[in-house]
Amino acid sequence: MGSEAMKITLKVWRQPNSKAEGKFETYQLDHVSPDMSFLEMFDVLNEQLIAEGGEPVAFDHDCREGICGMCSMFINGRPHGPKQAVTTCQLHMRSFKDGDTIVVEPWRAQSFPVIKDLTVDRSAFDRIIAAGGFVSVNTGNAVDANSILIPKDTADDAFAAATCIGCGACVAACKNSSAMLFVSAKVSQLALLPQGQAERENRVIAMVDQMDKEGFGSCTNTGACSAECPKEIDLSNIARMNREYVRAKLVSK
Amino acid sequence: MKVLQFLFTSSIGRKVLMALTGLFLILFLVIHLLGNLQLLKADDGYAFNKYAWFMTTNPLIKTVSYLLYATILLHAFKGLYLAYTNRKARGSKSYGAYNGNANSHWTSRNMGILGTLILAFIIGHMSDFWWEYKFGDIPWTKYETSITDETTIATDITAENHGAHIRMGVAGDKEVFITKDLYKETAEAFEQGWLVALYVLAMAAIAFHLWHGFASAFQTLGMNHPRWNPLINGIGKAFSVLVPAAFAIIPLYVYLLK
Repeated sequence: MGSEAMKITLKVWRQPNSKAEGKFETYQLDHVSPDMSFLEMFDVLNEQLIAEGGEPVAFDHDCREGICGMCSMFINGRPHGPKQAVTTCQLHMRSFKDGDTIVVEPWRAQSFPVIKDLTVDRSAFDRIIAAGGFVSVNTGNAVDANSILIPKDTADDAFAAATCIGCGACVAACKNSSAMLFVSAKVSQLALLPQGQAERENRVIAMVDQMDKEGFGSCTNTGACSAECPKEIDLSNIARMNREYVRAKLVSK
Repeated sequence: MKVLQFLFTSSIGRKVLMALTGLFLILFLVIHLLGNLQLLKADDGYAFNKYAWFMTTNPLIKTVSYLLYATILLHAFKGLYLAYTNRKARGSKSYGAYNGNANSHWTSRNMGILGTLILAFIIGHMSDFWWEYKFGDIPWTKYETSITDETTIATDITAENHGAHIRMGVAGDKEVFITKDLYKETAEAFEQGWLVALYVLAMAAIAFHLWHGFASAFQTLGMNHPRWNPLINGIGKAFSVLVPAAFAIIPLYVYLLK
């Protein structure tokens, strides 16, 4: 849109399926608009690959407005690229310079096996949620919104935890491939609210057990997860999960 | 003990165990430093040797020392095991490009390496002094303190004639203290420049380990509170610099000024 087109060299991880050995392929894009999103640049690359009779790069995406948690991509050594608090779909090419070489890889974790190219299987997260990340209610009429009073601060903390979109950037950034930021956000959003109290102990134990079973690493408090999280989920959630877990282990029957 | 099983079997339990053992070792550093600072006293080692004698004979201290050895081993080997499993969690392929400095401090990403260096130091350090003091051939000294004017005279004695088992007693108007001279042993060891350099480097490793570890232990134990965090972080940073620096001063002082 009036801005100068950029030349970008991409080094993209290509892997035909989960069994195959993958490798980096280098691609040249000569007319990248600085106003394109990172994913739109990949759309351009794929058009180019298809026109040349090649295989397009598989990558995850859905809403392209930063709320669905589908897009991933480990860009130049960081999940969702160089910007803070954005997902890959919200990252624009103006964040790079003309002539840059950009390395793009899938999330790397034993628990996130590569399906193809840049797509990984994140169903481990779904299984952690299924283990207890919900409130069991037999639904009836909607109750009055103010029948249970919740202090504003508490509601804010719960809401901040609930903004986690489950993209997996925390696991990707962590040197231990630990999922504790994700799990702690999902534990916290319910542990903070009255509705979550009934299943408080069972929930945290079941979710942490499932997390361990999935083969994620252990947290060493490097803080990389929170620094790279597109929703800026705070490390205090991990501290809360630790408290919840130890308490549950010590007092639950 | 089933109630505490989670400390060994779950990811959070293992973290908690690392934090608790780490904090105990931090406490030990303070005690150890207070003892060591007596090496700086110009009293021919009287205070330090008396302290060493107390630390190796007092039954309560002996009990705590076994707890300490167990804690060191638990913290070290649990830590190494965690580092190994955490590395494995990345999967068969690692990143081609990984920019850790963009999101975390290098000390926090290298606790395993720093810890291994510290473990190697502890082994060397214990064979230098702990083993030597207990089983080695080290100098003996007789301290005679006058009861009237409280002056102390130190005399070198050979191991053969240090007396039967008298370690502390009163002879006439003198308090007599016959001891293995760990002070002299230390002073002799730190005449070697390379050993002094090694000790100073080891203290740097401890400083970097604590730079992350001190506050990290509190986070693991669930203590993360906006009103407390600045205090915990502040004390952690100050501790990680000042305590190893104070330890490092001792070999440097002996080497440069004695």
